[in-house]
Amino acid sequence: MRLQVPIAIGFLAGMFMIVQYFVPHPAFKTAYDALEEWVMIIGAFALVLGLQSLFQTHIDKIRRRREGYSYSFVTLISFAVMFLVGMIYGHRPGTLFDWLFDHVEVPLDATIFSLLAFFIASAAYRTFRARTPEATVLLVTAVIVMLGRVPIGELIHAKLPDLAEWIMVFPTVGAKRGILFGAALGGIATALRILLGIERSHLGGGR
Amino acid sequence: MNTAISRQILALIVAVLVMGLVVSAAVAQPPFASESPAEEETKWFNAERTNVLVVMVLYSGIVIGCIYYARRREMYIRPIAGLEAVNDAIGRATEMGRPMLYVSGLGGISGIATIASMLILGHLAKRAAAYETPIIVPCNDPLVMTAEREIVHQAYIEAGKPDAYEPDNIFYVTSSQFGYTAAVDGIMLRERPAANFFMGTFYAEALILAETGNMTGAIQIAGTDMDTQLPFFITACDYTLMGEELYAAGAYLSRSPLLLAQLKGQDIGKILLTVAIITGVVLATVGVFAVPGLVVTFLSWFKP
Repeated sequence: MRLQVPIAIGFLAGMFMIVQYFVPHPAFKTAYDALEEWVMIIGAFALVLGLQSLFQTHIDKIRRRREGYSYSFVTLISFAVMFLVGMIYGHRPGTLFDWLFDHVEVPLDATIFSLLAFFIASAAYRTFRARTPEATVLLVTAVIVMLGRVPIGELIHAKLPDLAEWIMVFPTVGAKRGILFGAALGGIATALRILLGIERSHLGGGR
Repeated sequence: MNTAISRQILALIVAVLVMGLVVSAAVAQPPFASESPAEEETKWFNAERTNVLVVMVLYSGIVIGCIYYARRREMYIRPIAGLEAVNDAIGRATEMGRPMLYVSGLGGISGIATIASMLILGHLAKRAAAYETPIIVPCNDPLVMTAEREIVHQAYIEAGKPDAYEPDNIFYVTSSQFGYTAAVDGIMLRERPAANFFMGTFYAEALILAETGNMTGAIQIAGTDMDTQLPFFITACDYTLMGEELYAAGAYLSRSPLLLAQLKGQDIGKILLTVAIITGVVLATVGVFAVPGLVVTFLSWFKP
């Protein structure tokens, strides 16, 4: 019973979502909107659990003086400041909350994002070492695409930008579509596995 | 269990038949253009999605057929290198006495890639529990965290090690993309996990995470259906599950014949798609010289 009820609910909800995709009747639209609202409500409750987990993790880290516990102070203080400022002044444009978001949160995000440039360089260095025939093909293709996308490419050869464009439009798109087809088939099969109750590991049951 | 599955399959067949009846009723009606807006609003079937329904029913039938076949005979399933390496990764972490890190991406609970990732986590946690190797799971969605806690807890119970389960190892970090990335990078540098798993939906943070893991010397296995992030994972990780392999992983790790049948169904689906693509190419080529209407009719079946 502990397994059957969740499987039945999952099956009915899943079948409804499939059927509503094909049925434009307003009754189905209303039911679909209601289900979406349910998900949002459940999400709001889960956020409380998430916050509990956040506090628990960091308070425990501070209490046990684990490595890097000082950062936990920063996290908890930052949370408290943003929470209080948001509650007192609101979060509309021009408020202190908005200012803190734009001048602290956004630059911090941008800093982490900018690391990507350095990581791309190190990853490209490792990948483009022509140690195997496949890596050589990759290296040559990448050089053509990179040169074809910058002005100097046209100076080297007038047809280089066209060749780069051809690589991007035909072989690349072909490979990407192959992956997408496979992913779509896998997604449907996984959904079917869960709907039929064949996969039960997420419910804590044997198969 | 087989009786239960038969009942569920029967229920699905009934549901598909009901949908078929709806389709028949819709097809029997006059086309949209001749109806008033009020009639159009109360229609019971969107005829423009008939092709989607046909492909879905056909493919579902193939997968269900494979499941039935798997109950009677053993099937050969092609080996997937990335999944064969999972045991090595767990073994390495156990030998080194270090934890494993599992990242299920930035997708929400409703994303099918996240669900596939959670299924993989269940199988992985069961094996990790058997060796009493800690598994750290930082989450960026509270709903995913709640579900993953339950999955890992159950895996420890099934492995007979309920006392070894540490709920604090599965925790919520933040919903901010780069805040989450910074936190996971910090965990990799401080805790030095011996094995990193990146399974699910990833965006720009994919390479930042994988390169940081690479610097720490951890064995890394990634899997995603995001085609834009796959090259980064292939570059920085030891093994990468591409697209469909992510969805196959849960079944593959379980080694259950019924679940493995899904892989066979996927392969048959791919063969049919390949045949459709080749047919399209031939018709498009023929259409250049003669009968262009043939190509238009064929292609209209694959358009929304």
